[in-house]
Amino acid sequence: MSSRLLDIVIKSLPKILIPGLKYTIPLTLVSFALGLLIAIIVAVTRVMKIKVLSWFFRFYVWVFRGTPMLVQLFIIFYGLPKIGLNIPRIPSAIIAFSLNVGAYASETIRGSVLAVSKSQTEGAIACGLTLWQSIVYIVLPQAIKNCVPALFNTFISLVKDTSLAANITIEEMFMATQRIVAVTYEPLVLYIEVAFIYLLFSTALSYLQKFAEGRLTYRTRKADAQ
Amino acid sequence: MIKLQGLYKSFGGKTILNGIDLEVSKGETVAVIGPSGAGKSTALRCINLLEKPDKGRLTIGEDSYDFEKITPKDILKIRQSTAMVFQNFSLYENKTALQNITLPLIKAKKYSKEKAIESALENLKAVGLLDRKDYYPSQLSGGQQQRVGIARALALKPEVILFDEPTSALDPEKVKDVLEIIKRISRERITSVIVTHELEFAMDVADKVVFLADGLVVEEGSPREVLKNPKDPRTLRFLGHFADKLEYVI
Repeated sequence: MSSRLLDIVIKSLPKILIPGLKYTIPLTLVSFALGLLIAIIVAVTRVMKIKVLSWFFRFYVWVFRGTPMLVQLFIIFYGLPKIGLNIPRIPSAIIAFSLNVGAYASETIRGSVLAVSKSQTEGAIACGLTLWQSIVYIVLPQAIKNCVPALFNTFISLVKDTSLAANITIEEMFMATQRIVAVTYEPLVLYIEVAFIYLLFSTALSYLQKFAEGRLTYRTRKADAQ
Repeated sequence: MIKLQGLYKSFGGKTILNGIDLEVSKGETVAVIGPSGAGKSTALRCINLLEKPDKGRLTIGEDSYDFEKITPKDILKIRQSTAMVFQNFSLYENKTALQNITLPLIKAKKYSKEKAIESALENLKAVGLLDRKDYYPSQLSGGQQQRVGIARALALKPEVILFDEPTSALDPEKVKDVLEIIKRISRERITSVIVTHELEFAMDVADKVVFLADGLVVEEGSPREVLKNPKDPRTLRFLGHFADKLEYVI
């Protein structure tokens, strides 16, 4: 690598990393947290077969899983102002991302809830707990534990998908890189550089996943001897 | 006092229970026996509404319910005044032995945390598992899990404990421990209904034996009457060689 290239790589590093810390990471964390909340509500509602709500959520999952996230972003940010709904860019991105995570993760969680043995609910309601209590204290904790690997899939996807926010004028890592490329005209090294930073973030999440799984499985590990 | 009258239940057009009457006096232990598929477990599970009966009446203490007009509030009340010991234990996998007992005490019976823990420890001690209080169900053997299940039921201080084949899923050598504990419960005059295949045990602990076949109570009475001098041909057939075995048990 020539010294000019090396110079560009080093000088651009903070210019890419700072938007990453400023936008990519907060966008990911906030959207994932909100998305998870939506997912739990949708999953439980659908498992409980609550009438109108359940139908509505099915429709929601259908729409958000079936259309590109980029299109959703454009509709929210560029489309909605046409009917007087002006949502600033950051909230627009958060709405699109969390609704997307919510749709995908709700199916993951719904599957895990259904996989928790019926005897767990029976054991709870037979002791006088309400159905809601048994879901909150017994079923959901087990369901979430079982779908940690799948949820981290969604989480890691989201880190990368935040790059779509560049399309609605959010200066996250990818847009920052594009700007530097426009000036230096070094697309190869710079895009590899930003790819490497995404990889770094994703790897950090993989470690977090390992840690989370370790924490959760420790409690249910089989004892060696009785 | 628990009273079932005209309990009727069908699954998908197939009649399982065809008008069952059952009465359990306070402090009494009633054993429900019968061939597989007779509806024993279904009848038991109708008492705490884990199965929703089609027709019939249930009386628990002062309260009487018509199954056809039962409300969610009634169901909760019934479940809070009964407890069940399951064939497959049904301990909460995400809770320790101690928490398995304290959770329903705190959430359903509204005990304070301290009081719940005190009661849980006392009941774990009664089933000999005080040293396993912080173990998760997966870390306990089947016999130990069932003992926790019994401790959980006892701690609830219910009107009646419903035992649904409590030893069917256990290794033969663990069956005895669990039966010993149930026998002790019976001696303490805690009202219980036990669905069981352990006929000798039924003979030993029950005040009353009910024989169920084809969704009906075919025979009921003292263990001696039902097990030693059965009148109905179905009881005779079911007891078959067991009657010979009884000679040296008694």
